[in-house]
Amino acid sequence: MKATSKLYRTEERYAYLFIAAPFLGFLIFALVPLVYAIYGSFTDWNGLGQMNFIGLENFKNVFQDEYFYKAMYNTLFMMLGIPIGIVLALLLAMGLNRGIPGTSTFRVIYYIPVISSIAAISILWQWAYNGDYGLVNQFLALIGIEGPNWLQNTSTVKPALIIMAVWKGLGYTMLLYLAALQSVPKSYYEAAKLDGANALQAFWHITLPMVKPVTFFIIVTNIIGGAQIFTEINVMTPTGGPEYSSASVVFYIWQKAFGNFQLGYASAMALVLGLFIFIITLIQFKINEKNSFDMD
Amino acid sequence: MKMEVAIADKKSIKAEPVSEKKRNRITNIFVFAFLSIGAIFMVAPLLWMVSTSVKTKEDVFALPPVWIPTDISFSKYAEIWSMGPLLSGISNSLIVAVTVTVIGTITSSLAAFAFSKLKFRGRNNLFILLFASVMIPYPALMIPQFMMFSSIGWVDSLLPLIVPGLFGNLFMIFFLRQYLSSVPNSIIEAAKIDGCSYFQIFYKIIFPLIKPAVAAQLILWFMGIWNDYLGPILYLNSPEKQTLQLVIANFNASYAIQSDYPLIMAASVVALLPMLIVFMVFQKQIIESIAISGVKG
Repeated sequence: MKATSKLYRTEERYAYLFIAAPFLGFLIFALVPLVYAIYGSFTDWNGLGQMNFIGLENFKNVFQDEYFYKAMYNTLFMMLGIPIGIVLALLLAMGLNRGIPGTSTFRVIYYIPVISSIAAISILWQWAYNGDYGLVNQFLALIGIEGPNWLQNTSTVKPALIIMAVWKGLGYTMLLYLAALQSVPKSYYEAAKLDGANALQAFWHITLPMVKPVTFFIIVTNIIGGAQIFTEINVMTPTGGPEYSSASVVFYIWQKAFGNFQLGYASAMALVLGLFIFIITLIQFKINEKNSFDMD
Repeated sequence: MKMEVAIADKKSIKAEPVSEKKRNRITNIFVFAFLSIGAIFMVAPLLWMVSTSVKTKEDVFALPPVWIPTDISFSKYAEIWSMGPLLSGISNSLIVAVTVTVIGTITSSLAAFAFSKLKFRGRNNLFILLFASVMIPYPALMIPQFMMFSSIGWVDSLLPLIVPGLFGNLFMIFFLRQYLSSVPNSIIEAAKIDGCSYFQIFYKIIFPLIKPAVAAQLILWFMGIWNDYLGPILYLNSPEKQTLQLVIANFNASYAIQSDYPLIMAASVVALLPMLIVFMVFQKQIIESIAISGVKG
């Protein structure tokens, strides 16, 4: 008895040793900064002078700041790419799941934009969106459409960014769907066919429910990622676009914090964004739970 | 009479799969066409980038567009090295990515081993606590982190990009812990009886077992660091300190005014190529690893 407890204690000591690094990392680079961000958001923190406590002033200002609302609207608008990407990716994955020749080649091709550096991709698309000589407008000219100056136009800059985001993320979503589709037993479809179900019914009653967990995963990760969009904006529209129409929340936070040194104010915005992401994720989990319950 | 019906029945049973096969083939042709058109849209911008990088100025602004330039010139690929700190950018990116992934992988896999195979008090709660921090978005942490590194004089050095990563990667821990759950505990018990220390169990038994999963995760992490932009833009100011992604973004900012698109595209191709090669070499492992993480995640 004593021997086992001694062995157990040795094991425990080693276990704590092995998890020490990530745990310290968590404390130093996540917990302490988070607490400090919360503290800082209640002050007039500017990185130089004293941090004076100003109560809820920053948060009040956030919700009266038209630029914050604009950035929030832009960020949400650009999330329209998420459903577009999901539908396209599911269609592509269903096509790839038929076992046609060239499947692995297609998989690789669609995945190349995913692994490509977002900075290089943004530079490339900025050039592709060039009003006079860009690839996009030259392509549109072939079918007789005169394309706009995409990134300089308030009504086209966000769609332009959405198209690029869908293009870049499509391969990742498609791959997740393909993996999910491949795990659906073929017998389900055979049974449905024997029962006289057509292709659309099979899709509705078998495919969609079977890929639901992956869809949930994709939606949650895409919203978390989409809420933090920054690099594309910074590279393609360094000033936040015409009339600030492509500035995202993180872009605005970055400008306020590292351009104007309004660190307290920027921290308050970052916390609002964090809370927003948290609530959206929570709602997603609740919806997911409820639907799974309905299915039983 | 009965025979005939039976034969007719047989025929109809036989006939149906044939027509279905045919229908399937026609559908496959359409699907193939659909996938091919999609594939063209996926690669066209990238080919355009490569094509622009070897064009002369006249061809860049030619209407209608020229896909294969009349004069193919690789001079921009020679020029880029002296037009900006591209070489130091590559070496800075390599320093960050290699240091973080090599050391961070060791710390991550040790932690994954402990969380899945060792018994200790608070195991599950500590894991949940650690993993909950994934929920905190980076923008909420970046300001205090910046001030922290600034107060110890690390701004404009690679250290703020390297040091946090050395403590491990939570996604890697999560993934490896999942992977290790399929390894039977009896192997570890047997090794303990044979008198192996916990370090020996790790590097003699556990690490060889999880090597494929570790490799895939390491590559993905490496790519993530190589392609990172927000971290470097916060911390690095001096041109010679910048990582590759910042260097090419500055190429873009400085040379677009002169419309030197071949130069910008050549630099972008150089920034893109290393990860493209890594992906081509390890595509099977990478794709498998992504697929698993989605299905299990």
